Amino acid sequence: MINLKVNGKAYEVDVDPSTPILWVLRDNLGLMGTKFGCGAAQCGACIVHLNGDGIRSCVSPVSRAAGKEIITIEGLDKKLHEPLEKAWIQEDVPQCGYCQSGQIMAAAILLRDKPNPTDLDIDDAMTGNICRCGTYPRIRKAIHVAAKLKMQK
Amino acid sequence: TAITGGGLLLSFYMPAFGKNSGIPAATDFVPNAFIRIGTDDMVTVIINHSEMGQGSYTSLSQLVADELDADWSKIKVEFAPVDAVYNHPAFGMMGTGGSTSTWVEWDRFRKAGATGRYMLVEAAAQTWNVDASTCKTEKGFVIHTTTGKKLSYGQLVDKAAMIKAPENVKMKDAKDYNFIGKPVKRIDTPEKTNGTAVFGLDINVPGMLTALIARPPVFGGKVKSFNADKAKAIPGVKAVVEISRGIAVVANGFWPAKLGRDALEVIWDEGALSALNSIEQGKQYEELAKQPGAIAKNEGDVNAAKEKAAKKLEVVYDLPYLSHSPMEPLNCVADVKADSCEIWVGTQFQTMDLMASSRITGLKPGQIKLHTTLLGGGFGRRAVIDSHFVSEAVEVSKKLMAPVKVVWTREDDIKGGYYRPRAHHKISAGLDASGKPIYWQHNIVCQSFVKGTPLEAMMIQNGVDGAAVEGVANLPYTVPNLQVAWNMAPGGVPTLWWRSVGSSHTGFVVEGFIDELAKAAGKDPYEYRLMLMSKHPRHKKVLETVAEKAGWKKPVLPGRGRGIAVVESHGSVVAQVAEVSITKNNTLKVHKIVCAIDCGPIVNPDTIKAQMEGCIVFGLTAALYGEITFENGKVKQSNFNNYKMLRMNEMPQVEVHIMDSTEKMGGVGEPGVPPVAPAVMNALFMLTGKRVRSLPLRPDDLKKKV
Repeated sequence: MINLKVNGKAYEVDVDPSTPILWVLRDNLGLMGTKFGCGAAQCGACIVHLNGDGIRSCVSPVSRAAGKEIITIEGLDKKLHEPLEKAWIQEDVPQCGYCQSGQIMAAAILLRDKPNPTDLDIDDAMTGNICRCGTYPRIRKAIHVAAKLKMQK
Repeated sequence: TAITGGGLLLSFYMPAFGKNSGIPAATDFVPNAFIRIGTDDMVTVIINHSEMGQGSYTSLSQLVADELDADWSKIKVEFAPVDAVYNHPAFGMMGTGGSTSTWVEWDRFRKAGATGRYMLVEAAAQTWNVDASTCKTEKGFVIHTTTGKKLSYGQLVDKAAMIKAPENVKMKDAKDYNFIGKPVKRIDTPEKTNGTAVFGLDINVPGMLTALIARPPVFGGKVKSFNADKAKAIPGVKAVVEISRGIAVVANGFWPAKLGRDALEVIWDEGALSALNSIEQGKQYEELAKQPGAIAKNEGDVNAAKEKAAKKLEVVYDLPYLSHSPMEPLNCVADVKADSCEIWVGTQFQTMDLMASSRITGLKPGQIKLHTTLLGGGFGRRAVIDSHFVSEAVEVSKKLMAPVKVVWTREDDIKGGYYRPRAHHKISAGLDASGKPIYWQHNIVCQSFVKGTPLEAMMIQNGVDGAAVEGVANLPYTVPNLQVAWNMAPGGVPTLWWRSVGSSHTGFVVEGFIDELAKAAGKDPYEYRLMLMSKHPRHKKVLETVAEKAGWKKPVLPGRGRGIAVVESHGSVVAQVAEVSITKNNTLKVHKIVCAIDCGPIVNPDTIKAQMEGCIVFGLTAALYGEITFENGKVKQSNFNNYKMLRMNEMPQVEVHIMDSTEKMGGVGEPGVPPVAPAVMNALFMLTGKRVRSLPLRPDDLKKKV
């Protein structure tokens, strides 16, 4: 049994400790917002926050999360999430949308740490997230928009 | 069958759709249902083209909402069940592809909206006992113009259901559009920013198991024998079963299924392709290109013209197999029962998948329900002619009589075939003393992915696969003696349409080679193209626009190269100008792509812009990194570390210009792809003096010609 805290709720899961966090979230807890893209820490679709750090849940064993707090797209703090959602809608960012949970989870950490990021900051923070549809220019724009919205609050 | 439930059912008639099933009777028409209006005023648009990012949910809703005079905030969408009334008007089955979704439904969806509006107006007029001509509609209301009385569409559903649908209905003048032609926000963005959007992989059915499939390591291979003991010893593994495409390891979740598959012992009979090697294959294609081939186009007399040429060029181009690699790996949920089957899948080919499921289960098509989810990218990979990724799930579920989700890993996807075919082009051309081409002889070698399938009869004409030669057989440049031939390469490696299909290779070759001819003629590549485009004014206009917007006539910044390309595909013409430089680390930096598109009338300019951006990333990714290669029959690439994708830090600035056009409406999902690679490589040529005739780009391509 492994004790987990996900989005503020406590869970007890009976899985092999090597099971990646991603599959515990999706298959055991039914939290489907976090996506499987590569299983190899290459694409960022599976990013969640573990004690505030962005991690690739597809390669992080659930044992690593014992006693720590996981935040997924479903539980992202409104203060971070709302400006990003608004900006994503304003810039019409998603196409297929599959990578966007991971993009938003990565962008949330960027804006938390750098409230007014430069283009270079965005490159550094977002280059680990692949978007096959090519929404990169819109993600960049939306992050700048979200930064403004967040500062206005 | 019609869609029922929750309020007003609007039906209208389409010719050529067999027997009708009801309202109101007319023997040679069948009611069709694209709209449902509830008493809560909500308007549900039933969409029959899969949403894979291209914006079909939004653009098709715009067509309905405009003619219906709906309130956009009351529009929602639902995906259609598999039914002939939802068939693609040109494909004769349900399907999404060929960049057709918007233009092919332009009339039908607008008519659906206009029909609904007519019935609602009639219903209101009857309620008020006034003439319908004194009523108008606005944002979900019918308004009586003289008295100002109004009723919402939701208030009219019962009465409107009793109105006979008109056979012909007047549609709006373009000047009256509220949504068409406007940058309406995508309808699916909110759910795609909070994790609630449901893709195939997100489907959960009670009692569902997860399966991973061990497939042959060489295409065409078969299972010789297998030992499931170690796989079954993994906690959570429930079953190991053989199906036609391999061995399924079924477990209570992805991870045990993955561990089980890792532990599975299989001895494979690798079959005929076990010695396949990309280098040898290249030589084989080169030899094939020397054969005359099947003639796709023969104008004038190429051989006679060869005698008269002042200057001759002969070159070969070689382009690799490419993987689509949508971000959502392939998957399918199937629940086969004794007398029914339910399927949840992100597919581009609903009807074919349903028919394949019927063959496997022995159930009648009517006993099978297929639910189309959102697609986490398609690019052609989810439009499979053999329905393999649906069939796998149906086969496993049938064996276990339990709901099963088959999941592909990224490695399964990249190694799994259905690639853009490798293509080898041999071209020769001759110029007259003024530099004009007097002949062009072009021989293409590639596989056909329709040969031997039900699509062969439609797509292979006079021995030529249209998808192999498109873009060359309809060369937009005036060349008096033109010969285009195709040699079919041997099959075995599964291939498929890959975003922009044949134009993904022919566009690169034609636009690279025309640059070579311009160079040989001592002409500016833009001016040279214009000179040869007199018979194609549409291309010419797009090219002129992109050149003007990119400042072609002004000198390029020091250290930068600039290239141009124009390609017609999927009914639209796209031209692009690329600006590149070579970095100190000997890598290519693409600074900017200026893009102009003529896709005819515009439904959603922002969708067009988004598709051009997406196409540019897709094409650039392939040009810089994309190749699937074989060694001893096995695919060498496996994941995004060795099948690389363009990333944020490599994204060029993109500028899109949409032409004001009265041409026939074309597609936007694919036509932005073909011009990218040639525009970029033509720009690189300006810096190196070396022609890139093989993709992806190699480090040596960046060194200056000595």
